[in-house]
Amino acid sequence: MKKWEELKKDITESQVWRAIFRHGYEDTPRNRVLMVTANVWLHLHPAKVRRHGVRMRFTWCMGGLTFLMFLVTVVTGIYLMFYYRPVAEYAYADMKYLEFDMPFGMLMRNMHRWSAHAMVVFVWLHMFRVFLTGSYKPPREFNWVVGVLLLVLTLLLSFTGYLLPWDQLSIWAVTVGSNMARATPLLGHEGPFAELVGANPIYDARAFLFGGGEIGPHTLLRFYILHCIFIPLVTSLLLAIHFWRIRRDSFSGPPL
Amino acid sequence: MAEVAEERQKSPVVDDKIHTWPHLVRVEFLVALFVMIVLTLWSVVVDAPLEEPANPTRTPNPSKAPWYFLGLQEMLVYFDPWLAGVVLPSLIIVGLMMIPFIDINQKGNGYYTFKERKIEILTFFFGFHILWVSMIIIGTFFRGPGWNLFWPWQRWDPHKVVALANVDLPYLLGFRDYFWSSVCGGVLVLGYFVFATLAFYLWILRIKGKEFLERWGMVRFLITALLFVTMLSLPAKMFLRLAFNIKYVWVTPWFNI
Ligand code: HEM
Repeated sequence: MKKWEELKKDITESQVWRAIFRHGYEDTPRNRVLMVTANVWLHLHPAKVRRHGVRMRFTWCMGGLTFLMFLVTVVTGIYLMFYYRPVAEYAYADMKYLEFDMPFGMLMRNMHRWSAHAMVVFVWLHMFRVFLTGSYKPPREFNWVVGVLLLVLTLLLSFTGYLLPWDQLSIWAVTVGSNMARATPLLGHEGPFAELVGANPIYDARAFLFGGGEIGPHTLLRFYILHCIFIPLVTSLLLAIHFWRIRRDSFSGPPL
Repeated sequence: MAEVAEERQKSPVVDDKIHTWPHLVRVEFLVALFVMIVLTLWSVVVDAPLEEPANPTRTPNPSKAPWYFLGLQEMLVYFDPWLAGVVLPSLIIVGLMMIPFIDINQKGNGYYTFKERKIEILTFFFGFHILWVSMIIIGTFFRGPGWNLFWPWQRWDPHKVVALANVDLPYLLGFRDYFWSSVCGGVLVLGYFVFATLAFYLWILRIKGKEFLERWGMVRFLITALLFVTMLSLPAKMFLRLAFNIKYVWVTPWFNI
């Protein structure tokens, strides 16, 4: 033990170590607070938390893991974007190219896919946890509403991404999923009261989504932009609000 | 180190707060690490699906939506698309957003309890686990060609013969005339909502008391009743379909329910 302490001292007081780390980390309460408040990433946290709030039993870590999955999809998604072209002629071939020729292409694609699925599961579990602890009750009503929007956006992110491989699975799943849009009351050409508005197959809610009467190349581009730019941007904005409100409203927990 | 120990001694039990660094950050880091390892291993072993190139002229049977939307696709069995695909999902989203505003029970804020909010939790459990999750499971594992029911281990026989559901409830009740069937259906549907709302009122009155209903207020009550009764209309319609092969309750020239 003593040897170990000496060795540690030798290393941390050597000139090389000091040149790299400038000063040591002294474990004082002040430093513990500073570690959190002076760090861009960690300052989302309060400097202190209630003991039971740290227990995994309380949050199941689900909010944080949802966010982690979001970050994984962002990183792997950017990698995929380098090789993927949202054009009907190329999209499928690019998927094959990505799988067989790109270094780590298959791994990146798998991680993107599975973390997206995990994000959907985690966000449901997170909502369930927040419900069970009654954490939506005043003053956190608004953050629950933001959360529901995040839930919808998570599903939309997954759904728009589903089309991009441009294989049989994707176009038919998206066709089935989007067919409901043509039944929207008033706005879809097969919905109730469509005549009143004059909705028709090439000019209704589904055509707006598809960029035409049928699923096709224009749909691919539309979903690509929604998937890679529009929805992630909106999600990030709402996430910022969500995290900010968790701090403002203070994290829920029993009164002391 | 010494200072921290000292600080702990000075404030023993009153303050149960602890430093985020290192306590919370450590847990977060370890959990994140663990999940990343599992995710990476999973991704090494299981490949994401990629089928044949898209072919708009060849419709697979069955065509399934992504699994997280299979609850909606499953509802299409029981309701027309404008209801199952548009109105009900919108109500689910709006209903979820309403929860903090219609639940005025101040207890159970920030801790786990079942005793203090039985009905709230049971309702959520019913909507989320019984309806939403089990419909996803049915849609994923028990639906085959023609959206017919199959056991997961059963061979998908595309020629499976299934009893057609093409009786409407007014017809079953003896109405043959189109106009009067419509009227009958309308009365049935509206009657269901009025009757179920009343029943909901009496039920709440019994278990929560008059004082609660006064605090709750008319608006909150009506919104909750609408959401609750609409949610129950799904199992109600499922029952009519499975027990009597009923397609619609209310047929009109504009929409069917
Ligand atoms: C992209 C989706 C989401 C992300 C990344 C996210 C992230 C988080 C994180 C990290 C927390 C801190 C506590 C924890 O880990 O449980 C949190 C708390 C919270 N979330 Fe979410 N969330 C998301 C969606 C939702 C949804 C769908 C709801 C509800 C419908 C919701 C409602 C809340 C509320 C009310 C809190 C405060 C909880 C408390 O004070 O105990 N969030 N969220």
